Amino acid sequence: MENKVGRILPDDLMAKMNLKPYESDEIGHPEVQRVAPKVRVTAGENKVVSSLEEVIKNNLKDGMTISFHHHFRNGDFAFNQVMDKIIELGYHDLTLAPSSLTGVMNDKVIEAIKKGVITNITSSGMRGSLGDFVSHGGLKNPVIFRSHGNRARSIEEGEIKIDIAFLGVPVSDPAGNANGQDGDAVFGSLGYALMDAKYADKVVLLTDNIVDYPNTPASIQQDQVDYVVKVDKIGDPDKIGSGATRFTKDPKELLIAQTVNKVIVNSPYFKQGFSFQTGSGGAALAVTRYLRQSMLDAGITASFALGGITKPTTDLLAEGLVKKVMDVQDFDKGAALSMAQNKDQQEIDASWYADPHNKGAVVNNLDVAILSALQIDTDFNVNVMTGSDGVIRGAIGGHQDAAKAKMTIITAPLVRGRNATIVPAVETVVTPGSSIDVVVTERGIAINPKRQDLLDAFSHVPGLKILPIAELQKLAEKQVGKPKKLEYTDRTVALIQYRDGTIIDTIKQVKD
Amino acid sequence: MTYVKNRLRRTMMFVPGNNPAMIKDAGIYGADSIMLDLEDSVSLTEKDAARMLVYEAIKTVDFGGAEVVVRVNGQDTPFYDEDVRAMVKAGVDVIRLPKTESAAMIQKLVKDMEAAETEFGIEKGSIGVMAAIESAQGVLHAPEIAASTPLMMGLAVSGEDYTADMHTHRYPDGEELRFARNMVLNSARAAGVYAFDTVFSNMKDTEGFYRETNYIHELGFDGKSLVNPRQIPMVNEVFKPTKAEIAQAKNVQNAIREAKAKGSGVISLNGKMVDKPVVEKAERVLATAKASNLIDEEGNYLGE
Amino acid sequence: MEVKTTGVAGTLESSDIQITISKNASGIVIDLESEVKKAYGDQIESVIKDTLTKYGLANCKVKAVDKGALDCVIKARTLAAAQRATETSDKPDLEVL
Repeated sequence: MENKVGRILPDDLMAKMNLKPYESDEIGHPEVQRVAPKVRVTAGENKVVSSLEEVIKNNLKDGMTISFHHHFRNGDFAFNQVMDKIIELGYHDLTLAPSSLTGVMNDKVIEAIKKGVITNITSSGMRGSLGDFVSHGGLKNPVIFRSHGNRARSIEEGEIKIDIAFLGVPVSDPAGNANGQDGDAVFGSLGYALMDAKYADKVVLLTDNIVDYPNTPASIQQDQVDYVVKVDKIGDPDKIGSGATRFTKDPKELLIAQTVNKVIVNSPYFKQGFSFQTGSGGAALAVTRYLRQSMLDAGITASFALGGITKPTTDLLAEGLVKKVMDVQDFDKGAALSMAQNKDQQEIDASWYADPHNKGAVVNNLDVAILSALQIDTDFNVNVMTGSDGVIRGAIGGHQDAAKAKMTIITAPLVRGRNATIVPAVETVVTPGSSIDVVVTERGIAINPKRQDLLDAFSHVPGLKILPIAELQKLAEKQVGKPKKLEYTDRTVALIQYRDGTIIDTIKQVKD
Repeated sequence: MTYVKNRLRRTMMFVPGNNPAMIKDAGIYGADSIMLDLEDSVSLTEKDAARMLVYEAIKTVDFGGAEVVVRVNGQDTPFYDEDVRAMVKAGVDVIRLPKTESAAMIQKLVKDMEAAETEFGIEKGSIGVMAAIESAQGVLHAPEIAASTPLMMGLAVSGEDYTADMHTHRYPDGEELRFARNMVLNSARAAGVYAFDTVFSNMKDTEGFYRETNYIHELGFDGKSLVNPRQIPMVNEVFKPTKAEIAQAKNVQNAIREAKAKGSGVISLNGKMVDKPVVEKAERVLATAKASNLIDEEGNYLGE
Repeated sequence: MEVKTTGVAGTLESSDIQITISKNASGIVIDLESEVKKAYGDQIESVIKDTLTKYGLANCKVKAVDKGALDCVIKARTLAAAQRATETSDKPDLEVL
């Protein structure tokens, strides 16, 4: 069958897994039924245990679903400790349902797949050796990729039923009151993990830092927690930061960032009380800096900044240029530490952030989102999941969710090395073109034709070079030439869900 | 590409000739001129490779409408002859000769270019030349250098080598370059060619960069040599005309139109005769205003 | 023209390609390493081959390590390596360009 972005989906798999094809980025007003976790009642004075093995043996069964969060990013010591034990104990047929998978987890996941311990995966994304392994057919069942908002929805509606959540935290008390803001391995917001804490049948905290009861602020609460496992070390503080927090000196990134700022400032949304999400990465951080100056010049402030938060954003909060930060994740230590100090930096969970099936998520209130892309096609569809070689090397993150902003700007260089970024058709559709408004490259910007209002607003802005997206595509092709079409086998190795759970695209096994 | 003698040349961005990544993106920053360098930024062992790279780049890369200048190796090096031949064949806009000390050196360059034009069947005089003034000899001979050929595009002060030759070095106040700057500028003006100031390489000292750029703009230079694309908007900011200057230039333009309509050879504005330098200044101001996005195609003022 | 010595040109920096040309008994043999081999491998090899043929080199071994170079860079590096391998860098044949 073909879905509404023109992707052919495998009928047998769709039927077998009871999946629906993507229709529209409009969610509408469906009535949904949520699920609730099973609770083993306890008075719970002291949940501290030292043996992770006992916890696993007493609770985990073959075929269950286990979950983790990725707030420690590449400084994570929780995932590998738990998986080592699970592999050692010889479990089979587990479903792995983390908020995302980071590089430090790759080898362990591959080992667990090879030994039959893990047979299903759902994640926001994967990169490096694991992406390569899956793209070459290493996992029998297709991986299901979900955005952060969609994962929250899927957990609430029972599509992801977490049996045990293993959640690393930098601090907890013996009863399980925990947050991400104290201890050696602080990462700030626990946004993604809060879903697991609320909906998993069993919640196991892992920490190297147990403090006196009661520990506040309690992001994860004692009424949600079954065990607190004391470990030697929960994370490497030096590797938690995403490393993207330095202000770029790359003149091309700065040029793109300046152009993005020009787009924002000249849009109808740039007015007192506007809101924005910038994400991480060199260009995004530079945008924040240029935006700061523009806000000062225009004498306006933003009502809130959303998303994955970086220090340049919390600096705006401290300066009073941004009134509130709605914080689901912190990309660097500066932003993480700011959360403990500034009451206007509000920790939000993934549902509050971006869930399409609730009574209103923050992304629906968002004016401007600045997002990146591996590829964009002439229908404005965006790929953030597969490289130009067709191999999985990315994550949906909040991309589909934040693209619901009133103005979604995609930033990307026209070409990377010899790979065109603007292409006739993306390898994998992750975010539908209907939710993308502006594409900014170093050679010019393109505006989605359905946004005539933006075209009118920008067409007389000095220095903004507006081109049809097909022109940008041709410019890119002129530089790099026409690539040979990639070859895939018929086998589906991954499914890309849209926010509402419908299938927007599939990823096939690459042919080598 | 064709050499245009008169055009806007506020910014001349240096790009190392053996760096594919930088050459590829050189055209996106809005530099008026791009100077691909075969000389100082290329090590002795890579001169041949850089020559081929710059040759192919001129043939294929989209430099975004910028004028393309190549700095060849000096006439005292074994690379000069082949550099000139290859760049003539590539069809560069302007060849820049380093360490120019006499009119004879420029005349030799022009002769060598003509030989290459004959060899490759290229139209004569389609490529301009410019002279880098980098020594006391060069400064003292600047007037004859500037007037040495009708193909002369302009003169550039090269501060590092010059100050070394003068037994000094660069200072923040620019006193050490005062004579050279004025000499080069006056020579260029007298010969009706362009004058470019030297590079400012400390990217961290934004204030110093603005100070120096304001100073050379005040002196009357046409533009500045740049080592980093981030300096382009800063120079353009300094060189952009004021609202009053634009208004005055438009008045001059109207006076020209009126005179033409009347069939009069004398242009007058507010009862005074308008001289040629004033007419030319008006043209320059309006061209710069347009490039700075201060007026639109019809000449309407867009600034605040 | 004949290969007299091993000629290397280009770097392993992003957007560059390193070309090494050495002797070969007959024909042009290209060993290409590239992150974009699937999409552009054929194109890269044909640019190298065309450039060498135009320069008059019919027999040589080519090792190419590509870091995302555009065609003009591939051509330039192949030419420079060919000039070095044939010891003609001082007086390269520009007619073939």
